[in-house]
Amino acid sequence: MMTRQWMKTSLAKLSSVKFSSVKLGLALNFMKLRIEQSGLTKSSTALTLLSLLIPGLAYADGGQASSSAHVMFIVFVLATLSITRWAAKRTHTSKDFYTAGGGISGLQNGLALAGDFMSAASFLGITALVYSRGYDGLIYAIGFLVGWPVMMFLMSERLRNLGRFTFADVTAYRFKQTPIRVFSAIAGISVVMLYLIAQMVGAGALIQTLFGLHFEWAVSIVGVLIIAYVTFGGMLATTWVQIIKAVLLLCGASFMALGVLYLSDFSFDKLFSTAIQQHPKGAAVMYTGGMLSDPVSAISLGIALMFGTAGLPHILMRFFTVPDAREARKSVFYATGFIGYFYILTFIIGMGAVAFILGDPAYFGADGRMIGGDNMPAVHLAHALGGDLFLGFISAVAFATILAVVAGLTLAGAAAISHDLYANVINTQASDQQEMLVSRCATLTLGLLAVLLGIAFQSQNIAFMVGLAFTIAASATFPVLIMSMFWRNMTTRGAVAGGSLGLVVAVVMVILGPAVWVQVLGMETPLVPYSNPALFSVSLAFAGIWLFSVTDRSAQAKLERSRFEAQFVRSQTGIGAEAASH
Amino acid sequence: MQQPMLDTIQQLPEYQQLVKNRSRLAWTLSAIMCSAYFGFILLVAFQPAFFEQIVWGDTITIGFPLGIGLILLAFILTGIYVYAANRQFDALTQRIREQVQA
Repeated sequence: MMTRQWMKTSLAKLSSVKFSSVKLGLALNFMKLRIEQSGLTKSSTALTLLSLLIPGLAYADGGQASSSAHVMFIVFVLATLSITRWAAKRTHTSKDFYTAGGGISGLQNGLALAGDFMSAASFLGITALVYSRGYDGLIYAIGFLVGWPVMMFLMSERLRNLGRFTFADVTAYRFKQTPIRVFSAIAGISVVMLYLIAQMVGAGALIQTLFGLHFEWAVSIVGVLIIAYVTFGGMLATTWVQIIKAVLLLCGASFMALGVLYLSDFSFDKLFSTAIQQHPKGAAVMYTGGMLSDPVSAISLGIALMFGTAGLPHILMRFFTVPDAREARKSVFYATGFIGYFYILTFIIGMGAVAFILGDPAYFGADGRMIGGDNMPAVHLAHALGGDLFLGFISAVAFATILAVVAGLTLAGAAAISHDLYANVINTQASDQQEMLVSRCATLTLGLLAVLLGIAFQSQNIAFMVGLAFTIAASATFPVLIMSMFWRNMTTRGAVAGGSLGLVVAVVMVILGPAVWVQVLGMETPLVPYSNPALFSVSLAFAGIWLFSVTDRSAQAKLERSRFEAQFVRSQTGIGAEAASH
Repeated sequence: MQQPMLDTIQQLPEYQQLVKNRSRLAWTLSAIMCSAYFGFILLVAFQPAFFEQIVWGDTITIGFPLGIGLILLAFILTGIYVYAANRQFDALTQRIREQVQA
């Protein structure tokens, strides 16, 4: 591969520059932290300089994207850093940091939710799935969408009325703080870390292919930028990065789908017949090809996707950024529309890739494999449709997408550490300033950890990680959250025992299943035959919550049940809920 | 929230109506979404041959309108909830707040 050759020749030169520059970036970051604490928000010039170094380093024959990609990416970085500067001036309290002061509108939050959810992995991954398996890719995409309506009907308004900063505020509403906060933080951080590693490894590989950057470089740039966004700009900067990225991604994907339809004379029949002629599966590309032939795995996957969405910490956290329950439900309405539209586009794009680039030698290496790897159909299609300029745009959008999603995840992880563990367990007397400091340190730590883990897992098979993150969210976070809102008789013991049971069963069954036991550990046959364990782990979590709650006859349990009425009235009316600060 | 205020709210007819109507709508719509989606998944798992039927033109199989239909259904259901909630639930909540805070 050309990237590799370029990498080898310039590795020595690059690595010396690389480490010094990364150190420079981090040192400047620390400096800025100090400057900002003293009230002088001297902004992002340092990082701007750092990003201006990118084209010089990255502009090599290895990258597939043209120089236009670098220009567009730098424009995006500059724009987001100035937003971060603007947001930093408005981020004074922990409420500003975690929830942007609660003043985000329904439409803005809907776009940001969609931005959080439409990762580069799902854009490239689902188009690649449609490209390789046809209709089965659409089945997968539908699973990612259907959790949203249910989240709206049963959770969105209640979350907003009960919580302040994190979903654990809701689960911990009437329970004993320490055990439930520790459990929620562990479940939340597990989900965030798995998701984060998957995004970072995907990001490194993608940027390496598109921009010809060294993997470590790519991952470090992502790390430095998201640390800057989150540390200084908190939720306000993160939200606007998400919004811009969501708009760019929706525009880019719309243009691609339009291009595909234009080339097919706006006839789906023509598009699909071209695809059927090109695809090795032939007509089977238009119907389900046995990806979900095992009913238990199919239903399990459905459960994990549907309820996993309603248990993702970075998604749940967004419900606290809007002023009230009305805006909360509106934001899910917009998010569902944008995400549904986006998945229809990804299906058209995937089929378009089959019809228009499969068989085009320009996009395949001598070994017959797609240049840049199996996740690249959308990228090559962008080139086929709009030439270098549009390829540059899509590459820049993919990079922006990674930054936005990683920033959202890091903020959610930092909030679990600083709000749930520090301010509610370790130091319950902590001042707002202390909590802010801890959350910024947590952001820095998580950002660095994400870079290190991204590099560590670079050549590992991490395909199972996003699936596992969804399964843990569906098995540990979701059951505890929904039961705490709806079931009077739940107690702390039931919540922690049932949720932990779901978490442990999910992790163990995934490790013993085909995705890890066979594909990662190299064993012959999986000890658990199902590719997804959610059917069992989610059921066991609910059963555990029920059993350990109804058998709990302690005085504490009685007190917790008696508090349900007040919680329920507040969840319905919002009386006593947090108001927006600005 | 203090106990007297809690009792007052719970006795308001507006509150009882809000809880009743919202639960009914939320659970009905959730049930529609879940049965449509899991019905679809069960069809994929147990009756894959069903998806080979061509319903339009030479290539468009039944899975295509079904899949797009599910996406549209998700969007329409959220729209119904927002419409009903904006029209009804917010007004009820407002009346509850006025009575309690008066």
